[in-house]
Amino acid sequence: MLQIRDLECRRGDACLFSGMNFELQDGQLLHVKGSNGSGKTSLLRIICGLFLPAAGTVSWQGLDIRENRDEFNRALCYIGHLNGLKDDLTAVENLSIHARLTGTPATRDQIESALERVGLMHRAYLATKVLSQGQKRRVALARLLLGGARLWVLDEPFTALDVKAVSQLQGVMRDHLAKGGSVLLTTHQDVEISSSSHRDINLDTWAKSA
Amino acid sequence: MGEVSLITALRTVVAREITLAMRRRTDVFTTLFFFIIAVTLFPLGVGPDIEVLRTIAPGVIWVAALLASMLALSRLFSSDFQDGTLEQLLLAPHPLSLLVLGKVFAHWLLTGVPLVVLSPLLGMQLGLDAQAIGLLMGTLLLGTPILSLIGAVGAALTLGVRGGGVLISLLVLPLYVPVLIFGAGAVDAQAKAVEFGAWLYLLGAFLVMTIVFAPFAAAAALRISVE
Amino acid sequence: MTNLWLYFSSPKTFYPLAGKLIPVFSLLAIILIAIGLYMGFAVAPTDYKQGDSYRIIYIHVAAAWMSMFIYVVMAGWAAVGMIWNTKLSDMMAGSLAPTGAMFAFVALWTGALWGKPTWGTYWVWDARLTSELILLFLYVGFIALRSAIDDPRRAARASAVLAVVGVINVPIIYFSVRWWNTLHQGASVSPEMAPKMAATMLWAMFVMAMAFWMYTIAVVLARVRSEILERESSTEWVREILARQR
Repeated sequence: MLQIRDLECRRGDACLFSGMNFELQDGQLLHVKGSNGSGKTSLLRIICGLFLPAAGTVSWQGLDIRENRDEFNRALCYIGHLNGLKDDLTAVENLSIHARLTGTPATRDQIESALERVGLMHRAYLATKVLSQGQKRRVALARLLLGGARLWVLDEPFTALDVKAVSQLQGVMRDHLAKGGSVLLTTHQDVEISSSSHRDINLDTWAKSA
Repeated sequence: MGEVSLITALRTVVAREITLAMRRRTDVFTTLFFFIIAVTLFPLGVGPDIEVLRTIAPGVIWVAALLASMLALSRLFSSDFQDGTLEQLLLAPHPLSLLVLGKVFAHWLLTGVPLVVLSPLLGMQLGLDAQAIGLLMGTLLLGTPILSLIGAVGAALTLGVRGGGVLISLLVLPLYVPVLIFGAGAVDAQAKAVEFGAWLYLLGAFLVMTIVFAPFAAAAALRISVE
Repeated sequence: MTNLWLYFSSPKTFYPLAGKLIPVFSLLAIILIAIGLYMGFAVAPTDYKQGDSYRIIYIHVAAAWMSMFIYVVMAGWAAVGMIWNTKLSDMMAGSLAPTGAMFAFVALWTGALWGKPTWGTYWVWDARLTSELILLFLYVGFIALRSAIDDPRRAARASAVLAVVGVINVPIIYFSVRWWNTLHQGASVSPEMAPKMAATMLWAMFVMAMAFWMYTIAVVLARVRSEILERESSTEWVREILARQR
């Protein structure tokens, strides 16, 4: 379970939001909404521990993530605006390095089946620099299928994906939720993952009225 | 289990750096050729008098090595920063300082070791004898890892900062002073037939100290810069 | 005591306190400078070897001391800021840097002026002068990094790391430069000071150092005040102050 307490976020002089409180239970999906510049990406980065909040805490299973970073990182898979792929490496190499770094080494078969599932098996052994934006995004998303991260934090995961890939990803997320995992995401697209466990929050509620 | 996966992670970091460097070999050679060209400029500027060259040789080679390894620093984190792999490294379930140490080690293998290997050639060019060349290589072998380690802190601090390339030299070069003094000092002391062992010990001690402290500073700096 | 400390470590309460302290320290600085200069130029005896030209040490030595102290204090504030994440300590560290750099520069400048009549040249590669020069470079790096980063919080945290790394290195640099100097003894004359200095000379130097401290505190407080206004400009209390001054 992820808990957010009294979170305040500043960018330079501007206070983006403050006094934010919410929880994300296992098996739940939280869709973070808000207007441009309301701090969606900042919130996601704070939750991953990449950005230092001005005040407040983020805790995972009751423990502050800043004090239990390794433990939390094991449970986390973050896909941000950047795909986090090395252009000079192939899709398989990229995924294999990622898997080993996160402490869940994957066999070639596991990696290939992950690529199969995102529909990219035919490009598995090409340097990722020759892939299109959408294909690169799919390689990045294939990370979700490797390793046992329970919390997925996805910043605009549907960017550059075609209709078919979007519905594939929705399926992947539904499976993850059914297995008790949780998802935190931002997106501009109207997506329905599963009606029972889907919740929305809007950052504009916590925006400081200047 | 934790230790095993940490060792796997470290090995992965080093192997990744080397694979990437092998796919872009020119980067390694640029540093190396900078080193050669910088040293070659000195005889052209000072004159071909071999006596003069011999006296300034340790200093010249060391200063050139300093500048060469500094130039290579900008690549240490910046491409990882731009494509987002650095974020993923920060989110790996291992102490960041150790992963940084792995990265710096790979960087040293790719930029420091070639300088050490090439230095005898440049030493001969400047009229150093075999003994002096051996000692020069020894000091470079002890000293270049320090340059990479201290440099990593500077590279991490200037990540994504405008004018970072010039700024890094301003931050890092003053901190390189002891390495230059100990390294060139040892070769100089030997030429003057004074005891030079002390300089090597100092260099070794400084190396141990930077191995202990620099990765922490670099890791802290990376977390700040990635924000 | 701790509560008092916490109370004044918030920018809002520190701002008026600093405002009251600045005149006090400025006045102390002026008085001490007057005493120190009087002692140094009128009371202290003329040096039998160097004549009156040595009297520049009352500024030179005090400035050199200050430049080193300030770096250590600056790194101390930077470390405090890193550990407890307090805004005020970041501002302190940042405000100390320009003054420290200035003292390092003054020490070098007066050192050169002192060198000309004494050793017949403006610059000698003496261990102390060389390490002072490197200290100036360290200050310049700190200031450059701080001003190159736009976000004030990131600038403060990044430069804090640099200051701490620098302060660990300062003694190593200092000793390495001294050893370098002994290795190349033939190349330069080491300007050792007269071994036995008159007590009045020492006292005058000490008073000047205290005067520089008072000056530093006054200037740093003023700088911190303006930085508080800049960084807290979105808060209610700063707006009130600005409205009152209009």
